Amino acid sequence: MHSLARTLNSARTRGYIYQALILGGVAVVGWFLVSNTLDNLERRGVATGFAFLSREASFEIGESLIPFSAADTYLRAFIVGLLNTLTVSAVGVLLASVLGLAVGIARLSSNWIVSRMAAAFVEIVRNIPLLLQLIVWYTIIGKLPGPRDALEPLPDVFLTNRGLKLPWPQEDPAHGLILAAAAVGIVGAFIVARWARRRRETTGQRFPTPYAVAGLALGLPGLAFIAAGMPLVWDVPRLQGFNFAGGVTLTPEFAALLVGLSVYTAGFIAEIVRSGILSVPHGQTEAGLALGLKPGQILRLIILPQALRVIVPPLTSQYLNLTKNSSLAVAIGYPDLVSISNTTANQTGQVIEMVSMMMAVYLVVSLAISAFMNWRNQRAALVTR
Amino acid sequence: MSKQPPSPQLFASAAAFEEEPSQAAIPAAFGRNSWKSLGWAKKNLFNTRLNTVLTLACLYFLWRTIPPMVEWALVNATWLGTPDECRAATGACWAIIVEKHRLIFFGTYPYEQQWRPFAACLLFVAMLAASGYRPFWRPWLAAAWVATLTAMGVLMWGGVFGLTLVENDKWGGLPITLMLSVFSIVLAFPLAILLALGRQSDLPAVKALCVGFIELMRGVPLVSVLFMASVMFPLFMPDGVVVDKLLRALAGLTLFTAAYLAEAVRGGLQAVPKGQYEAADALCLTYWQKMGLIILPQALRMVIPPIVNQFISCFKDTSLVTIVGLYDLLTAATVATTDPEWRPFFGEVYVFAGLLFWGFCYSMSRYSQWLEVALNRHNRR
Repeated sequence: MHSLARTLNSARTRGYIYQALILGGVAVVGWFLVSNTLDNLERRGVATGFAFLSREASFEIGESLIPFSAADTYLRAFIVGLLNTLTVSAVGVLLASVLGLAVGIARLSSNWIVSRMAAAFVEIVRNIPLLLQLIVWYTIIGKLPGPRDALEPLPDVFLTNRGLKLPWPQEDPAHGLILAAAAVGIVGAFIVARWARRRRETTGQRFPTPYAVAGLALGLPGLAFIAAGMPLVWDVPRLQGFNFAGGVTLTPEFAALLVGLSVYTAGFIAEIVRSGILSVPHGQTEAGLALGLKPGQILRLIILPQALRVIVPPLTSQYLNLTKNSSLAVAIGYPDLVSISNTTANQTGQVIEMVSMMMAVYLVVSLAISAFMNWRNQRAALVTR
Repeated sequence: MSKQPPSPQLFASAAAFEEEPSQAAIPAAFGRNSWKSLGWAKKNLFNTRLNTVLTLACLYFLWRTIPPMVEWALVNATWLGTPDECRAATGACWAIIVEKHRLIFFGTYPYEQQWRPFAACLLFVAMLAASGYRPFWRPWLAAAWVATLTAMGVLMWGGVFGLTLVENDKWGGLPITLMLSVFSIVLAFPLAILLALGRQSDLPAVKALCVGFIELMRGVPLVSVLFMASVMFPLFMPDGVVVDKLLRALAGLTLFTAAYLAEAVRGGLQAVPKGQYEAADALCLTYWQKMGLIILPQALRMVIPPIVNQFISCFKDTSLVTIVGLYDLLTAATVATTDPEWRPFFGEVYVFAGLLFWGFCYSMSRYSQWLEVALNRHNRR
């Protein structure tokens, strides 16, 4: 009797009991939901399972990286949506980072008017819902002039209500060679930068790393380009009849989504960059000056490594947000993952399968990005003794 | 940036304001103030060659954008009138806002009853403003909120006190946006505390459940959660049980917000010094006493600014319910633009909706910044 009371009173036993109760509760709720769902599906005559994925989709998709026609399967449509989401996210992350960095630095400028304008940009962009911004961008693009009197902000770049037309290099067999040279150059640059850093850390000798890296990464493909006889012919968009032919086209949906996502996220990234730079005490710059480092070296070797430590974690979550926010594409008709899943679910009635597939994909992408950025961050993190 | 050493001002523009130009030799005729501002301009706008170029470029940009914008929005605008008068004018057509403001604010709520959502919104905004005043942070504020929310429900729904019943599929516009955001954050808050405590728990099963839920919700977009709430949720319910569309969206928003809030609360829990946990254990407090009396009061105090920020993003996120077909402010604005007569002036409606959202979000974010400083004041010496 005594020992039973003691067992019941021990924190461990009670922990087990509580956990058993909670798990039991979750199981009961889960069973309730699953049995209801199965009932409902049976009543509606919907067959569960993923067999529908191999059926014919019979809907067209506006834009696609891989060939797609209405005769292809639902699975292929899903992959098209996934690729579209990944494309817009990847380009958006790139643009948002560049814009955010520029605005963040402008925000810290000693020039009053520059910093005020950057602040105004940040405050406007961050405080208006992204969905509204997307709709506005989309309507602005829709209000652009038609192909016949297209705007031409840069030579051979055309802005029309049918999208953005850009020149694109014509394919040439030598391009593969140049890309290979670029890859070799980038890998070589990495190896050289690593070797130079290690040598600097052990011996204190400096190496002109920036020049070597630039030389390798740009020089090698440049040499290959010259060696191959400069095979570059631009495929320029030209007006033919009622529309442009040639070049590449960014559709209005893609362009609106890309601009909207990049501008919105850039507002947040700018604040992150600003707080990161401000987090490095000014004494660090002075110490660098006292050691006789050049301004560029101070920025590269002292300020940036410390600022990045503060910047990277919130930056990661902004990249993730951008990827997730790309799902708002459904509101302006860009065929992303959500929009195609939605169409498929409406056509087949396989709501549960489609929503779970869609969520699983986002979850995998999110976890992958955050795993990569965590790995990157661990390398940048402060090593304390 | 490339040649000159990074000057102190480059990294701290605020510092530039502290030093003022020397005023030793100011000619009396020139006037003290203009001299001062000239000195200020030299220091802040034209101190280096690069800055001069930047200043001139910015001024040119502003000169090209601001005057046309002012002309469009104010000088040449039509404030009252018909679509034809708007077409004749070159400026903005604010007449569409005057014409459609009832629709934008209150959606399809019965026209002659629209004083009710108006009163509800006023009550709401007043409570929101009152909650920002720190001396009011007393237990009675929570009670006041419950009373306000009840009063809002009565006003919106009616059916008692001689008010006609208005079903919630007729609601729309600003009340939906306000109610969804406030209700979802209020309902998410207790859930978030439980999730945050669960994530820190020693019990592996509890921890796994909480981590799984939080990571799942934070890993997927809100749109997919809303789709789940609107399309999948009916399948989960037993036959015959119908949960209202608005409530389903609210449930989705609440779960989503709870996951993000839980991470904010976890930040607070981790920031409470370990000695506090140990001291509570030394006093033989039970787990709930320890958390309720010692840890949470300190942790929650620290996370008030992140909670306000979460509320701002929740407020912006409610606009997404338009995708699942609910009638919020943004939907109402879009509907207002579909009138064929006023069709060309949709831009003005979006500008107006944007200003509304911006006004709410900007004032709240300024408040949150102020609060952060005010709450940390006792930590400064």
